[in-house]
This record gives sequence, C-alpha cells and structure tokens, in this order.
Amino acid sequence: MNNLPKYILAIALGLLVGGAALAADTPASSPMEKAIAHMATMRVGLDTIWVMVAGILVFFMNTGFGCVESGLCRQKNTVNILAKNFIVFAIASLSFYVIGWGLMFGNGNALFGTSGLFCVSGADNSPSTGDAYQGVYKAIAWAGVPLWAKFFFQLAFAGTAATIVSGAVAERIKFSSFLIFSFILAALFYPVTGHWIWGGGWLAAKGFWDFAGSTVVHSVGGWAALAGVIALGPRVGKFGKDGKVHPIPGHNMTNVFLGVFILWVGWFGFNPGSTMAVGNGSLVAHVFVTTNMAAATGALSAMMIAWWLLGKPDFSMIANGCLAGLVAITAPCAFVSVAASLVIGLVAGALVVLAVIGFDKAKLDDPVGALSVHLVNGIWGTLALGLFAKDSVQPGTTGNGLFNGGGMTLLLHQFIGVVAVGAFTFIGASVVWFALKKLMGIRVTPEEETEGLDVGEHGNEAYPDFLTRAPGSRHS
Amino acid sequence: MKKIEVIIKPFKLEDVKDALSKIGVPGMTVYEVKGFGRQKGHTEIYRGSEYTVDFLPKLKLEVVLPDHLVEAAIQAIGAAARTGKIGDGKIFLLPVEQAWRIRTGECGDQAL
Repeated sequence: MNNLPKYILAIALGLLVGGAALAADTPASSPMEKAIAHMATMRVGLDTIWVMVAGILVFFMNTGFGCVESGLCRQKNTVNILAKNFIVFAIASLSFYVIGWGLMFGNGNALFGTSGLFCVSGADNSPSTGDAYQGVYKAIAWAGVPLWAKFFFQLAFAGTAATIVSGAVAERIKFSSFLIFSFILAALFYPVTGHWIWGGGWLAAKGFWDFAGSTVVHSVGGWAALAGVIALGPRVGKFGKDGKVHPIPGHNMTNVFLGVFILWVGWFGFNPGSTMAVGNGSLVAHVFVTTNMAAATGALSAMMIAWWLLGKPDFSMIANGCLAGLVAITAPCAFVSVAASLVIGLVAGALVVLAVIGFDKAKLDDPVGALSVHLVNGIWGTLALGLFAKDSVQPGTTGNGLFNGGGMTLLLHQFIGVVAVGAFTFIGASVVWFALKKLMGIRVTPEEETEGLDVGEHGNEAYPDFLTRAPGSRHS
Repeated sequence: MKKIEVIIKPFKLEDVKDALSKIGVPGMTVYEVKGFGRQKGHTEIYRGSEYTVDFLPKLKLEVVLPDHLVEAAIQAIGAAARTGKIGDGKIFLLPVEQAWRIRTGECGDQAL
C-alpha cells in the first residue's frame, strides 16, 4: 500500500506524456493550444460515455417490456412473449443497420433519407459538429459523439418502437408473422416518420417538436399495434356473445412490478440520454427530474382514478399509470418546467385508466394496455408540449406553448404531427398486417390459442412443474 | 377401520393437524382443492371488468384411522377448523376394508 502514491504519480506522468503524444498529431503547437485540443477530446469522450450508458439503459428496457407483458398474460403464453421481446431487438438491430438508419438520418428530401442509405456506409466525420461536419447524416450532426455512438443510441430507440407492438398482439399472434412485421416496422415505418421529425424532414421544418419520442417512438409503436389488434381480433373468450367483457387476469404481478421498475430506470436513459451530450449537466438533470415527476404523478393519479371508478386500486392500473406518465413526458421533458411535468403525468395516469376501459368497450383486445400507454399517452405528451412548453427552459427551441402565452401556433404544429404520423403509420401498418394475413395468416389456430402458444409455437413451457390448470378455472 | 375426508379453510391446516396429532393420529394426506358449497364464490375486478370466482381454494385432508379414534378425531377436527363463519367446510366418514404398509407388508390397524 505504501507504493500507492508512486503508482498514482507514474500513471499521472504516463497520462501527461500520452496526452502530449496524442496532441502532437494535431497541428496545435503552443501548450495552451495543446491543452484546448485535449479538452475537446475529453469532452467528446465524456459525451460518448453518457450516450452509451443511456443507450444501455434504453436497451435494458426490453427486459422491462418482457416482464410487464409476460406478467399481464397467462402462464401458457409466457415463453412466447419472452421470445418475442427477446428476438425483436435482434431483428431491429439488423433492419435498422441495413436500411433504417439511412432512411431516418441520411440527407434526403422532406419525406425520407436518400444518402448513405445502406449499412450506415455514408461519409461522416463525426464527432465534428455544425459547420465542421462533413457527411451525409447532417440531421444528427448536432450531437458531438462518434457515428457508432449515435447509431447505437438510435438503434435502441428503434428496438423500443418495435417491442411495443408485442404486448398488444399477445396471446394469439403467430410468431413468424410477428417477426416479419417487426422487421418492416424497424426498417420502414419507424425510420420514415422519424426522418420527418428527427431526420430534417418536413415536420421538423414546420416547427414540430418531440424531444425523446412520444410520437417518434411511442405513438408509432402504438399505431402499428392498433392496426395489429384490429387485424387479429380479440382473444378467444375475451368478449361474450352478449357483448360482456370477460377479463383475462395476468398470471404474475411480480413480473409486472419488476418490469415497470426496470422501464422507469430505463427511461432515465431514454429521456435524459436524448440530450446526447453532458454539457454542464443542467439539461440532463432537468430532464431526469421532469421524467421522474411525470412517472410519479402518473402512478398516483391512475391509482386514485382506479380506486374511485373501479372500487379498488388495481395494481396493473397503477403500473400502467406510471408508464403512461413516462410516455407522456417523453416529448416535452426538455421543454417544460418541473411543475408542468407533474400536471402532464397527472393527466396521463387518468387517461390510461379511462383508455383501458374504453378499448375494452370498443372490443379492441389489448392484453397489456399497450395502446392505452403508448398510443393514447404518446399523443397526449406530444400535445402537452404545445400546451406547457416554456421558452426559458431551453431558450431558442420550442418557444412558449399555449399556457405560457405562446398562442395556438405550437399546439397546432404538434397536432399536425400527431395526425400525419398517425395516418401514415396506421394505414401503412394495416396494409402490412392484412397482406400478411392473406399471405401466411397472422393468427394461431383456436386450438393452439386454447392450449397456449408456448407449446404450440415453441415446444416449451415456462413453468413445466406447475399445475397449469387450476380445477374449474374458466380462464385456462 | 375408517376414513375421514375433511374440507377445511386453508389457513386452518396447522390447527387441525396439531389437534389430530394430539389424540394420536399418526399420519394424513392433504390436497389443495377448489370448490363451493352454500358459501358460493365471490366477484373480483381486473382492469375495470368484474368477474366471478366460482371455486374457492380449500384444503382436503384424508385420514385413515382405527375405529376407536374416530369419535375423538371428529371432535378434534370440528373444534380446530371452526371459525363460525360460512365456508368452514365438511367432514365425511367412510368405511375402509383393509390397509397395508408397503415396506413391511403389515396389514390392519398396525399398517396405519
């Protein structure tokens, strides 16, 4: 231990010499210039670490989705749900690499990227930013991190959009058709509307804002899921002949608990990570807190509304309420005050309970509440930005929303974005779902659905030693 | 030799087991079962929709015992399993022709 100071000295010396050697590659000559160049490199390094850590958190959200969805479904479909949530990130990785990234961020027209389209192969001199940037991915050149850092972070987002669909179509969709749809979603639908908003397309030009993806990620996943729910129809036994709703309780609330907490943690990468830079830390910290507050009030208001409307604080509703708050704050998190984030979450939690009941009434069978969480609150969060945006939070971006004296302009732009993205994704996804239905079928047989997709699709059981059918249980 | 089949509330198992052990009943078998009697089921709510749970979880005990213990066993079970509220369960008494212990081949009361 006595040698410790010596080691530290040696490492410090090594760093100095190494740093000097690195700096010698650049034309900088004076010690001051060397120091400045060194600082710039360190800043890129620091930002890159933050983007990668945030990307890991977003990547880990797939675990959360898998837990929530499997917990809210029956045990006979657990393996199938886990397999879908697992493989969907692999599929998104491939499709977003092959073409998704290029379509979304490549220089191009107002609708989609056309340069550097395939395999992230375009010219790019990241981490250079602004006027120093030379390459074909100009729309994301504001982020001062290496290209592959940008790619990984954005890939994790594409994976999230694709995994949202899984829960809504659970317990009846054929594994093979889900794989194909996921590939198309991450290769085509997600990047195209993403280009409109984050890739320098027409919505961005119009003045539509979405900081971390209430619309880009969550609404897109939600619209694609809605199209799937309509194309598939409800699960066997969900709606009686008399039109009565037969609830099909989930099998593991511990999974739901774990999943929602993992997603809550993941959102600390999703939203604050979308800064793609540490800066002086103030924006990252602000987004952390708005994100957390909306989750908290979302959970609280869902609990209160469920207690009041349904008689008891249904835990699955509380969990959905937290996620609803997180989805809603995703677009406005960097543009609204912390006080506004409380209100945004509060509304989100109420919306999610009403939406779950409403979708049941409309005979749209969504086993896990994915539509109520991602679609309804993706829309709400996007519009909330138009209501609550405050210029002083990030001057020179959104300007003021309706409630801060900015008038209707921003809200109108947000509304146009919601409608345009909704129409494109819903119509496009419906075409794909119905085409798949015609070509290969999208639904398992009623026999397989009754027996469970675990054995039917995968030949596995999640809990082989459990008594899987309680005597007289009508839902098994 | 007689068999007693007993339906009880699940949380009463320890009390009933202790009461039977105390009077010298050497062993028993327990099943987790579901069912209803006059108590019927109850309604629950999941995500806004009501549904009825017709079959409630119960435990079923099977005890085979020599004739001279039957009276005491029924008394003991009745006292231990009773809460006075609906759904306490039932006791059924059945005759048993013979019993064997597989390990030794003993039969009759010695095999119990």
